[in-house]
Amino acid sequence: MSTIDFRTAIRDAIAAEMERDERVVFFGEDVAIAGGVFKATPGLHERFGEERVFDTPISELALSGAAYGAAITGLRPIIEIMFGDFMALPMDALVNQAAKFFYISNEQGTVPLVVRCAVGGGGRFGAIHSQIPGTWFQGVPGLKIVAPSSPGEALGLLRGAIRDENPVIFLEHKRLYSVKGEASPEEVIPIGRARIARAGEDVTIVSIMKGVGDALAAAEDLAAEGISAEVVDLRSLRPLDLDTVLASVAKTNRVLLVEEGPRTGGWSTGLLGAISESGLHDLDDAWILATAEYPIPYSPPLEDAFMPDAAAIAATVRERLGAGVAR
Amino acid sequence: MHRLFLKGEVHGTTHLYSGQEAVAVGVCAALTQGDWVAGTYRGHGHALAAGTDPAGLAAEMLGRATGVCGGRAGSMNVIDLEHGLLGCYGIVGAGMGAVLGAALSGRRTGKVAVAFFGDGATNQAYFHESLNFAQVLGLPIVFVCENNLYGEFTPLAASTAGGDIAGRAKAYAMNAEKVDGNDLWAVRDAAAAAVERARGGGGPTLLEALTYRHFGHSKSDPGSYRPPEEVEAWLARDPLVIARERLLADGVPVEHVDAAETSAADTLRRAVEAALAAPYPDPATEAAQEFAA
Repeated sequence: MSTIDFRTAIRDAIAAEMERDERVVFFGEDVAIAGGVFKATPGLHERFGEERVFDTPISELALSGAAYGAAITGLRPIIEIMFGDFMALPMDALVNQAAKFFYISNEQGTVPLVVRCAVGGGGRFGAIHSQIPGTWFQGVPGLKIVAPSSPGEALGLLRGAIRDENPVIFLEHKRLYSVKGEASPEEVIPIGRARIARAGEDVTIVSIMKGVGDALAAAEDLAAEGISAEVVDLRSLRPLDLDTVLASVAKTNRVLLVEEGPRTGGWSTGLLGAISESGLHDLDDAWILATAEYPIPYSPPLEDAFMPDAAAIAATVRERLGAGVAR
Repeated sequence: MHRLFLKGEVHGTTHLYSGQEAVAVGVCAALTQGDWVAGTYRGHGHALAAGTDPAGLAAEMLGRATGVCGGRAGSMNVIDLEHGLLGCYGIVGAGMGAVLGAALSGRRTGKVAVAFFGDGATNQAYFHESLNFAQVLGLPIVFVCENNLYGEFTPLAASTAGGDIAGRAKAYAMNAEKVDGNDLWAVRDAAAAAVERARGGGGPTLLEALTYRHFGHSKSDPGSYRPPEEVEAWLARDPLVIARERLLADGVPVEHVDAAETSAADTLRRAVEAALAAPYPDPATEAAQEFAA
């Protein structure tokens, strides 16, 4: 175990997989010479050379098409789509081609590719550089969507994503890049299993990425007031580990889903439906804390008010549980 | 296949390759084993030229269990990796994205990737992004535009600014050539030069093959927007007839040419018969997986 920041975890995961597998290549806009706009990948170009780590034109469709074509012909590409918002541009290559290939080819081949992108608000980047595009892709069979919450999770899950035989969209929350944490360089986390980030008895809080850290901070505050919150880190939106969520709900009987994004069409809405379908008998209460139904604003006070944070999570738990009332 | 549509044996829609045969055959004749090909939604010709088993192809078009993709892909999306067919792409231009990556693989192994696409695709982002990407990276690719004068129902002049597809390569400083797409030998020679350049590290080429589809765009389109004299002129330049005449002029005995034509027709007839006799896939036993293990 060592303490590293999230961006170093990303770089270490790519380096470790490139070291062990000659087929792994990494390309995207400004990722090689410049080391990425969020400085997550410096040094890889120097270490692995131009054939394996290279810059591309600003052409999200072409570079995603290239990743798909490379994956079905024997390479294991990792690409970076700089901001998640730009995922609107390569939709065809990922949704219509990469996601479908394994099934419609009658399993002639697999598509081992990883698409990394920086997502999320809180950075004052405005409406079109702050979205989390995971849910745009969540309804597409054949795509895996991974959303790590800490440096250790990022390192292990990215290594798992690179080894996965399927196209994986790997979401990196911008507000996590500088966060430090414990990481084991050797750990490879397979995709599709949620984890209990904190055990508790009174309420289950489910989230991904930055939301997990916010939920843990809220759980600390609530613990001081005698409320015991369990925090579930989903880690991936597809596959979605419903079993872990249901087991937690069976224990706490209450569930709060925290989503940075609108509830309409969000992952939280779908998950709440699935919990209701399979775990209704365990439920005393279930609710969602999501963002408002308008685009992410730019001005700092507007953006701060828009984003779910630890204080909002703690407040909604207090309100729903009736803080101060004997349970 | 046209008759099978009319009988309802081919489902959804399909897009005949009739009239454009010299392009796929000419280009694939210039390739070697292990090279990659991306076809279009008009991809039956590309698949056959790449080496896909006609029986497997016919069965796929008819949605049968014996199809090359088990009936999962259908007419527009045939994939046959064993023969280097990366896929036939129902999204206009998508094959151009796929060959960029195949060329990245090919650069390691000395293989070349070819993308077929229609004139309509040259107005897609895929075309412009892929040409630029391929030229900047010097990838071993041959981009083959089958210019059949119509993007779906719309004539070239009404859809394509400048009207000169090969000329668009100039903007990317890419090698380009216009070729008679109904002349098998002309296509093969141009493709061979482009493939050799790509394999030798000389980068991509754009070939514009001038050709014509004998039928409308798809199953539901009689093609009545095309002037009759235009259709007549192109039908007179049927690439199969041109090829036959060329072989005879070159001194190939007529009985050899006749035998080749009979053999090809027999192969296709048997392929269709086998497909019609094959079972549909059974949903009850279909082991459908979302993800690869």
